Amino acid sequence: MRIRLFKEFIIEKLIFLSGIASILFVILIFVFLLKEGLSFFKEINLFKFISGKHWYPISEPEQFGILPMILGSLLVTLGAIIFAVPLSIGAAFYISEVAPGKIKDILKAGIEMLAAIPSVVLGFIGMITLVPLVKNVLHLPTGLTAFSGSIMLGLMSMPTIISISEDAINAVPKSYKEGALALGATRWQAMYRVTIYAALPGIIAASMLGIGRVIGETMAVMMITGNAAVIPHTFFQPVRTLTATIAAEMGETVYGSMHYYSLFAIGIILFIITFIINITADMVLHRKHK
Amino acid sequence: MSKITTKNLNLWYGSFHALKDVNLSFYEKKITAIIGPSGCGKSTLLRVFNRMNDLVEGVKVEGDVLIDNEPICGTGVCDLVKLRKKVGMVFQRPNPFPLSVYENIVFGLRVHDLAVKKDYDKIVYESLNSVLLWDDLKDRLRKSALSLSLEQKQRLCIARTIAVKPDIVLMDEPCSALDPQATARIEELMRELKNSYTIVIVTHNMQQAARVSEDTGFMLLGELIEFARTEDIFTRPQDKRTEDYITGRYG
Repeated sequence: MRIRLFKEFIIEKLIFLSGIASILFVILIFVFLLKEGLSFFKEINLFKFISGKHWYPISEPEQFGILPMILGSLLVTLGAIIFAVPLSIGAAFYISEVAPGKIKDILKAGIEMLAAIPSVVLGFIGMITLVPLVKNVLHLPTGLTAFSGSIMLGLMSMPTIISISEDAINAVPKSYKEGALALGATRWQAMYRVTIYAALPGIIAASMLGIGRVIGETMAVMMITGNAAVIPHTFFQPVRTLTATIAAEMGETVYGSMHYYSLFAIGIILFIITFIINITADMVLHRKHK
Repeated sequence: MSKITTKNLNLWYGSFHALKDVNLSFYEKKITAIIGPSGCGKSTLLRVFNRMNDLVEGVKVEGDVLIDNEPICGTGVCDLVKLRKKVGMVFQRPNPFPLSVYENIVFGLRVHDLAVKKDYDKIVYESLNSVLLWDDLKDRLRKSALSLSLEQKQRLCIARTIAVKPDIVLMDEPCSALDPQATARIEELMRELKNSYTIVIVTHNMQQAARVSEDTGFMLLGELIEFARTEDIFTRPQDKRTEDYITGRYG
């Protein structure tokens, strides 16, 4: 009897630990980021950091301005959204509403495969196929541009957006569609006049999560976007993203230098951006359940 | 005059024989009720008239269905859009779209391109008025239809159906989700609508059939057992099975 109670106690505590592990890790990561990054903001004003146009972390005097990288990240993300969101929503509708059983299964498996490809592989493939293509077709001096990065990142975000949107579309009560068809709507009209409205919160949340993935992606963008830390004026020039900056420079910094801490400060900014996106997605999803 | 006629209508879901040699005639501007125990095929029969069964995979229909003496799907491809404009349907669970009240009503108009935009307001008024919702909802036209009460939702669904001016309104247990008072009020509404529309109602509530309909058909296991004037069905059933059902021996 006592042994059984003891066992229960242990198991309960273990499950509790697993349960809070994820939140604990997030808190630890944030604390660590703050600890390393905050000392940076004692020296450099936050506003100057965000709005500064020049990133020369190891020149004399050093300049820490991440505006080019913020704009680079935003530009690549924006391009990825424009490319991936409509395509993904179309794909989700096709899979859940149109495709016959067998094609549906094949497509779903294909999307899972796309999600499983490591980003460095996608980056590599993009570098040797997409980049020369962009260069030659658009007659640019280089194919390493925000545009190429957007396409590659769009591809990477599509599995997330498609599968969550598809769930949302599947969750739309059949009665809506029946009602629309019974009123004489065609299948297409039922889809774009009724089903999409019912699924909208889920589709928006799916897109937000896809965007979150795009902003945080590092490897592929680093390989494809050219990594020039200058303020971009068009889609068709090299940019550098926040993530690529951290990844590319972390290995070369002197431990404890201003440069070292500035990379953590970038990490904080990134963390805040993705946090805001996730919270927004969560709120949109929750509104649906009310 | 006969509005809907079926001749030797048979229907299969895969290998399941759901309707067996159904022959009947529904009359214009009357309410006809179809009663029977669950699974007897009454909803299936109703869904033959606007071809909603087409959504079910593996369904096969044989025999003729005539509306206004014309086969609903004569030669060539069936024009479902035209058919469903003429034959509206109200469902068991009220299913307003997740749009505003106003958009729910004009849905059919948009789909069929029936009216110019400036007439929409008038049609919304007429439709809501004829289901006695106008006074309740005139200030909430832009609110989501999902915020209405169950009864209001069902009335809205009826309004949405008659906004496209169908000839026939099919009702598939339209009151089974409603409380008795709401049921009584919807029945009152049906009696009113009868002046303009031919109504076919499927119900497992025999009292409801007795209260609202002029003709009643009794179905059992896919067969139409008896079809007659409602008072005859309920007072002098010809078939033993009908009698057993209406006296509550099974069902």
